Amino acid sequence: MAFTLYSLLQAALLCVNAIAVLHEERFLKNIGWGTDQGIGGFGEEPGIKSQLMNLIRSVRTVMRVPLIIINSITIVLLLLFG
Amino acid sequence: MHAAGLSAPAGTPRLRKWPSKRRVPVSQPVMADPHQLFDDTSSAQSRGYGAQRAPGGMGYSNPSSPQEAFLADPVSNMAMVCGSTLAAQGKELVDKNIDRFIPVTKLKYYFAVDTVYVGKKLGLLVFPYLHQDWEVQYQQDTPVAPRFDINAPDLYIPAMAFITYVLVAGLALGTQDRFSPDLLGLQASSALAWLTLEVLAILLSLYLVTVNTDLTTIDLVAFLGYKYVGMIGGVLMGLLCGKIGYYLVLGWCCVSIFVFMIRTLRLKILAEAAAEGVPVRGARNQLRMYLTMAVAAAQPLLMYWLTFHLVR
Repeated sequence: MAFTLYSLLQAALLCVNAIAVLHEERFLKNIGWGTDQGIGGFGEEPGIKSQLMNLIRSVRTVMRVPLIIINSITIVLLLLFG
Repeated sequence: MHAAGLSAPAGTPRLRKWPSKRRVPVSQPVMADPHQLFDDTSSAQSRGYGAQRAPGGMGYSNPSSPQEAFLADPVSNMAMVCGSTLAAQGKELVDKNIDRFIPVTKLKYYFAVDTVYVGKKLGLLVFPYLHQDWEVQYQQDTPVAPRFDINAPDLYIPAMAFITYVLVAGLALGTQDRFSPDLLGLQASSALAWLTLEVLAILLSLYLVTVNTDLTTIDLVAFLGYKYVGMIGGVLMGLLCGKIGYYLVLGWCCVSIFVFMIRTLRLKILAEAAAEGVPVRGARNQLRMYLTMAVAAAQPLLMYWLTFHLVR
């Protein structure tokens, strides 16, 4: 039962890293999740798949630079304090 | 204004002016406010403060002991006035900006409860089967304070239940000789982490299913915090009557929380048509129904997961 807030933060950081690592051309386009393949019509219902693609694209755009900083800090802290 | 503090004459007139300046914004007529959440008792209190400060201010002019001599020294007096001015300025700055980070006024709504509401809500949490009307009443576009409507979510019960859960967990561990003080922190942190994870998961799924609801994050935290009440009941019964009592009470509370969550969330997540009890066809409403059931089903699971290791 050692599920602490700290492990939640670590898990969140790893998940965001995982989303940021998905390559646009080599991977997402091949499975049909590219950013230019998602924009359907202007219907009412975006649907789960396009919402997910939007989410992936926005996470990748927004978190690219902050992730560099947060990852560096985490690496230094883990090296120092284990 | 306080900016002119340094040029004002240091000493008694300055100190006496400060409490009276604090009094002015509070004594505005709040009695006629229909959206008032709490009774206003502040003006009587500040008048008491003002009366207490005045004789304290007078005493500074006769230095009869070393401390008062120190305070009557003009330089240190000036420093004290400077310090109190800076503190007042800092307090004003914090008060102005705190609303940007923590929505204090919105939080106040969730704590506007009274004893009758708490009693009825606790009864509703353990026995939601006879309650007919689950709609939250609105008053001129804002939801009514929890004090006046039993269906409104509040944060008082979840907060108290969370703290009580941590204490009861410590008690249960103590009766089994497994207690140590850092375990309390571990229990609290663990429960808080599960709560955060639940809130994030539900927010993510609400985003994916594109539900247009007025279910705010704080509302969601309130609803998810109601399960601690059942957990406390289960653990206490487990302490008194052993495993049989624990499973009985926990099972009852699990089913009650399941029904409570479904009936509450159905009004918030599902479309208006479904709220009247008519099962609506269509992929969108079906998806939302699945989401509601998933959220409600996660509650008993978490209730069991967070308490089974406490009852041996």
